[in-house]
Amino acid sequence: MIVRDPVLRLPPKHFIQKIGQYFISVLAEVGKASMICVGAFTNMRFMFTRRARAEIIRQMYISAVKSLPVVSVVAFFIGMILALQIGIELRRYNQESLIGSAVMISMLREMGPFMSGIVLAACVGAAMAAQMGTMTVNEEIAALEVMSIDPLRFLVMPRMVTMILAVPMLSFYTCLLALVGGAVVGYTQLSVPWSAYWTSAFDFAGLRELYVGLFKAFIFGIVIVTVSCYEGFATTRGAVGVGEATRRSVISNFLLILIFGYFVTRLFY
Amino acid sequence: MIRFEHVTKKFGEKTVLNDLSYEIKQGEVFCLVGPSGTGKSVSLKLMIRLLTPTSGEVWLDDVCVSRAESHLLPKIRSRFGYLFQSAALLAWMNVFENVALPLREKTKLSEAEIREKVCSALEKVGLAKDGDVFPSDLSGGMQKRAGLARAIVTEPEILIYDEPTSGLDPVTARMIDTMIVDLNDRLGTTSVVVTHDLHSALAISDRIAMLGGGKIIDIQPPEAFIQSKVPEIKAFLDAQYITQRGSWEKGMKS
Repeated sequence: MIVRDPVLRLPPKHFIQKIGQYFISVLAEVGKASMICVGAFTNMRFMFTRRARAEIIRQMYISAVKSLPVVSVVAFFIGMILALQIGIELRRYNQESLIGSAVMISMLREMGPFMSGIVLAACVGAAMAAQMGTMTVNEEIAALEVMSIDPLRFLVMPRMVTMILAVPMLSFYTCLLALVGGAVVGYTQLSVPWSAYWTSAFDFAGLRELYVGLFKAFIFGIVIVTVSCYEGFATTRGAVGVGEATRRSVISNFLLILIFGYFVTRLFY
Repeated sequence: MIRFEHVTKKFGEKTVLNDLSYEIKQGEVFCLVGPSGTGKSVSLKLMIRLLTPTSGEVWLDDVCVSRAESHLLPKIRSRFGYLFQSAALLAWMNVFENVALPLREKTKLSEAEIREKVCSALEKVGLAKDGDVFPSDLSGGMQKRAGLARAIVTEPEILIYDEPTSGLDPVTARMIDTMIVDLNDRLGTTSVVVTHDLHSALAISDRIAMLGGGKIIDIQPPEAFIQSKVPEIKAFLDAQYITQRGSWEKGMKS
């Protein structure tokens, strides 16, 4: 049940009480967000129904296809910046031909999933939180519940399926485009031949880098949908509340992407 | 049919409903009237467990709605149709898809049967030609009528109307009044209407309940309601320029 009675607590009388109450409320919110995540996954058994398929395709267009232009620009320039910064340092040791491997490894392991996660959190996550928030304050979520239509199945599950596919795909795309950006800078600014750049890039990077990066992107997809939908469903107080929910979702997504990014890296290396 | 037993609802320190008890009988049109903020909409949401009471119980026949397990809620809610104050149409679906939604999601009807039912519901609310239109392109009144079509398309036993005529022009408002009475007469639907529009309440209802201070002040049939000497009711009637020989007598209820 998404529509719930508002949780209103009595003002704490003591400092310790205040800390305790804050700690409990944080745990309660984490619990509610986790239930949204679990609910989306348990409802994935309905993802092949006609309506769900259509909704997933629609969401894929909104989330992935429409984000392509911004992801492309970000990826290309990230690749160029990385190649330039690393290349300038490596040139001091006459090793600028190694920029290919440096760009490849940093993009695959960290920057690819991180940048695509951040871009999608800002573009798609914010829009998702705003949409869910508007639906909540307009009583559309309550209307779904009255019709016995589970909002987790109807709204969250298609978005979850979309994002756990879209973020890894866009992450891979980001890596490829960044490599091209790096090659352009290597050739034009650092006089690294194309062949040397690509050879270096593929010599050092292994499949492990690719898998870890894609897994990271998969986790970021889950985080973005969970946080954005949770913030949207928790919206109160009309248009102001929708704005606040959107802002909170972007901040939480950025922080959680950083935190989860670190722990996944720690897990594999 | 629907029974409130000593229901109290608090939001933090604020008590919205205070030891509220009343019963809605099967097949009647029951109107809840009262000033803003007296808990009329809260009362409706308690009936369908969008909210839970702080204390007391809400019963639907022999089922305690307020204590029902979550897995029983879909069955309970399937007996209701709910017209929200804001219509609550899904913005990315057109009117036809909005009205078809409960049928597509909760029944195994074929697409042809769904089309037939949706067209019939849209015709009843005067939106037969607007199925392709998106909610954002509809006026407030048309949105409300589309919301009503969605509420009635599953032919529920109980219809809940939250301010069905607010913000509507008088002609459309009377059309909705006629429809409420018509559904009640033809299908034996039980209707619960929350309204500020006393002209409408007097014209369509079998009984009117006046809410004030979180309690029922009085429940009367329209004829007795208008004669009431209770100060709150008199003030409410006077504020809408309703006299004892008012136009409400030409209402739809025979």
